Amino acid sequence: MNSGEARGETPALVLQDVHKSFGENEVLKGIDLTVEPHEVVCLIGASGSGKSTLLKCVNLTEPVDSGRIVVEGEEITSSRVDVNRVRRKIGIVFQAFNLFPHMSVRENITLAPRQVLKLDRKAAEGRALELLESFGLVDKRDEYPDRLSGGQQQRVAIVRALAMRPSLMLLDEVTSALDPELVAEVLGVIKELAGEGMTMLIATHEMGFARDIANRVCFLEEGRILEQGPPGKIFTSPDNSRTRQFLQRIIAAGRL
Amino acid sequence: MLGGRAVLVSSMSTVLFFAVIALIVVLAPGSEVVAERFFDPFHLRQSLLGTESEPSVAGAFLLNVYIFTISELLILILALIIAVVRGIPGPVFFPFRMVAIAYTDLFRGIPLILVLYIIGFGVPGLGLGVVSYLSDVTYGIIALVLVYSAYVAEVYRAGIESVHESQNAAARSLGLSRWQSLRFVLLPQAVRRVIPPLLNDFIGLQKDTALVSVLGSIEAARAAQIYGASQFNYASYVVAALLFVLITIPLARFTDHLIARDKRRRQAGTVA
Repeated sequence: MNSGEARGETPALVLQDVHKSFGENEVLKGIDLTVEPHEVVCLIGASGSGKSTLLKCVNLTEPVDSGRIVVEGEEITSSRVDVNRVRRKIGIVFQAFNLFPHMSVRENITLAPRQVLKLDRKAAEGRALELLESFGLVDKRDEYPDRLSGGQQQRVAIVRALAMRPSLMLLDEVTSALDPELVAEVLGVIKELAGEGMTMLIATHEMGFARDIANRVCFLEEGRILEQGPPGKIFTSPDNSRTRQFLQRIIAAGRL
Repeated sequence: MLGGRAVLVSSMSTVLFFAVIALIVVLAPGSEVVAERFFDPFHLRQSLLGTESEPSVAGAFLLNVYIFTISELLILILALIIAVVRGIPGPVFFPFRMVAIAYTDLFRGIPLILVLYIIGFGVPGLGLGVVSYLSDVTYGIIALVLVYSAYVAEVYRAGIESVHESQNAAARSLGLSRWQSLRFVLLPQAVRRVIPPLLNDFIGLQKDTALVSVLGSIEAARAAQIYGASQFNYASYVVAALLFVLITIPLARFTDHLIARDKRRRQAGTVA
């Protein structure tokens, strides 16, 4: 465990030669990636390039075929690891929100802190209300998810993940299911998190947002990281011709 | 809702429908005999309340109420256990899953009346101490629970499978264990969805409590039969039938209410 310790700190996340196939289809073909604490890394690339699968592997939703994933110095791909304990440290937010429809906003947020962290009701609700307050959702605390807009639902989903006080947040295309006018409020929340120093690995199609928020951008194609670097470099003068082609298509589509 | 014209048409059609039925009954050659044998006010009242030598149908019906109340509670629990066991993944639990599948296949396949005979006459024959000396009613309840749990387990299972996999993914990603995800996220949604078909099975169960009489218990249908046999009047059957209907209608309306409420809720959800 000594890769990428630029600042002498243990990296938040290290992936070493991670491979993953679904049947015949190899989706990740040897991913190496290090995320330092407080770093925001954006994964860009076409649909099917492996961004979502990579996040699912880090969250242990999908088992890797080979390679190692290390979170804060602990190898989580080892078969002896307690999956539930690892997941407490890693928050994930999905494209489709996945709020629990039979629970109010407050119950959605307090469920895991109460059941997993064993907080009492008062402590869990205090934590939930504090987060709802800071994201401007406190008046929605007793609403049910289907009474909220997509943007509000996604912000609640982010709060739900944050209530576990994760050390790493994974965001999987969190604005892709939203109407365009609702995208900004969700991106605003993520920007706020980045400002507070949250370590994040973000799969996104929002290039402008990635350029704004990322410390580092990784371009994925066909299960490999073809190029990575600071957004200023990747978005203006990428080295790899495939990265250039991808960005030209994005610009042509008016999305950058 | 129905408009004014629609209400008129539906009322007319209802009146006409029942008028035709009534006419057929009244004009039938044996109508006077039927009126006397089945609808005689004196016998309706007397069979309901009972005499010194014949049991009251109303009193006997309390036994049906007792049987289905106890059975429904036990079925809700046993069926849930079977449905959950059937869904546990992993090779270690293979034998448990097999038992759950064999159970539902077996008890959905055997007619209830045969299960009643096999339990009611077979278990006492085993000579297994206390287990073999239970009351007829208890054996009846056991048979009902065994048969209906097989149906209700399938209802639960359909409900659990109808909850989208992403709900489980969200729960597990928050660190909840498989069991916690099932208990707090999947089952509450599943149960909500299956309440209508579940109550439908319970309506069937309430009527099937009459079959427990084959073990000798004097419940409403048997009490009606005893009255009919000794008084040569079958008003007792009409009384027993009415009692079953009376207890079923509230449950049926309650089911309709839940279906309508669920529909409203979902529609409100899509508009928001």
